[in-house]
Amino acid sequence: METEQIKETIEMISEENLDIRTITMGISLLDCVTGDTATTAKKVYAKITRVAAQLVPVADALSNEYGLPIVNKRIAVTPVALLAGADPHPDFLPIAHALDDAAQAIGVDLIGGYAALVANGCTPADTALMQSLPEALATTERVCAAVNVGSSRAGINMDAVAQMGETVKAIAAIDPVNAMKLVVFCNAVEDNPFMAGAFWGVSEGDVAISTGVSGPGVVQRAVAKLPNASFEVICETIKQTAFKVSRMGEFIGQAAAKRLGVPFNIVDLSLAPTPAPGDSVAEILETLGLSHVGTPGTTAALALLNDAVKKGGIMAAARVGGLSGAFIPVSEDRNMIEAAQAGHITLEKLEAMTAVCSVGLDMVAVPGDTPATTLAGMIADEAAIGMINNKTTAVRVIPVPGKTVGDTIEFGGLFGRAPIMPVNTGDASAFIGRGGRIPAPIHSFKN
Amino acid sequence: MQVIITVIGTDKVGIIAQVTTKLATLDVNIQDVSQTIMQGAFTMMLAAQLPPQADFSEVKAALQALGDQIGVEIRVTRQEIFDAMHKL
Repeated sequence: METEQIKETIEMISEENLDIRTITMGISLLDCVTGDTATTAKKVYAKITRVAAQLVPVADALSNEYGLPIVNKRIAVTPVALLAGADPHPDFLPIAHALDDAAQAIGVDLIGGYAALVANGCTPADTALMQSLPEALATTERVCAAVNVGSSRAGINMDAVAQMGETVKAIAAIDPVNAMKLVVFCNAVEDNPFMAGAFWGVSEGDVAISTGVSGPGVVQRAVAKLPNASFEVICETIKQTAFKVSRMGEFIGQAAAKRLGVPFNIVDLSLAPTPAPGDSVAEILETLGLSHVGTPGTTAALALLNDAVKKGGIMAAARVGGLSGAFIPVSEDRNMIEAAQAGHITLEKLEAMTAVCSVGLDMVAVPGDTPATTLAGMIADEAAIGMINNKTTAVRVIPVPGKTVGDTIEFGGLFGRAPIMPVNTGDASAFIGRGGRIPAPIHSFKN
Repeated sequence: MQVIITVIGTDKVGIIAQVTTKLATLDVNIQDVSQTIMQGAFTMMLAAQLPPQADFSEVKAALQALGDQIGVEIRVTRQEIFDAMHKL
């Protein structure tokens, strides 16, 4: 009996917040397409409640037996815009409500995939889905939405970017909390298990399980033990820690897939913070030697962290996928919240950080009077970083009506709270208003 | 089913006796024991085999109830998780 190893594992779980952040079941809904949206919605509900009926009980049983918390149990489905192309007047709300009802019936708190992939252009169905977003998110509790507006291969659909600026404003005008359920992507991945941006791509199989691991506290503790170590030693330590954390994702994912009788897909090697003490990605950066996140050196620290997590994790799992990197959501990270409140971190610094990690400007609250074209400019900037650097980037920004810099918005639970951050007051409207698409970059032409 | 049982708490007379007696009544076979005082805390780890007919949750609940009764924290975890983390 290896008592030291047992002790280490138990301490990681009980004191350092090691957990499986999500077990996500990907479900293809392509076999639910009927040509009539109301009938499709019924088939969507029937399929999800049939194939995912045991997801929560199985996850709870695994958590009980292995002593490892499984924080979220979630569902990702085929981008919903693909389900109603044959309907001349697609009304997506019945499908949104079917997703919501199915999620409630099987006991998952979020279901992702109310999505449109429009990097190259919009079908009538895509347009209808994007227009339905404010109402869909306002009339459902658990549905999460995503729109992919660009890719390294296609360029950036600036018409969609402009529309998403307006859409984010419209969603937040009803209730700003709804805006946290929409992610605008560039280079969205098809197997991301993390909400709110998860969907189940069309190249995936019928049903499969993926896991997302997390353990910023475990990494922070390991780094804290080495106050004077060189970068090489730090990177090696993070790699070893990430390996152990990722093995948990592989192990629990394989066990869940076996019990559910479906294939295991991927482990997403991520460091995902929560607002709980000792569960912060920003704290790791500070432990590396920065007085606070946002200090010059932050981007370099995040780059080494992100890379070491991947290097350590990639050998721990048979297949790695999803977003795989450190998340830097402002509202969900205790030290990030403090830095934003104190003015130590700005949107511009966050933008730089998104060039070296997954994913983008995430859970960022801005003044309610921020123009839609400015929001579109933020989305375009993030999309450009993703497009040029062949990586996923995203924007989950929340313009909070009636609030301004110095105020705070509470999301509750794991979503935390976000200080309203100042936005550059320049005018992007003429740029955003040009319309059309930014062509794909030269280095995308590899064939 | 192979499990690891950890018992952590303030040292006092009779912890081992009470835990092992409870395991015997639950028909749990102890295969390895390690006990020490770590940073002032009583720390015991047992590798044990649950009988085939045992209900994991019932055994876990019974041991946790004993832990509450005698003032120590008792965790019961399936063995494979430790192998998954530490063994290639």
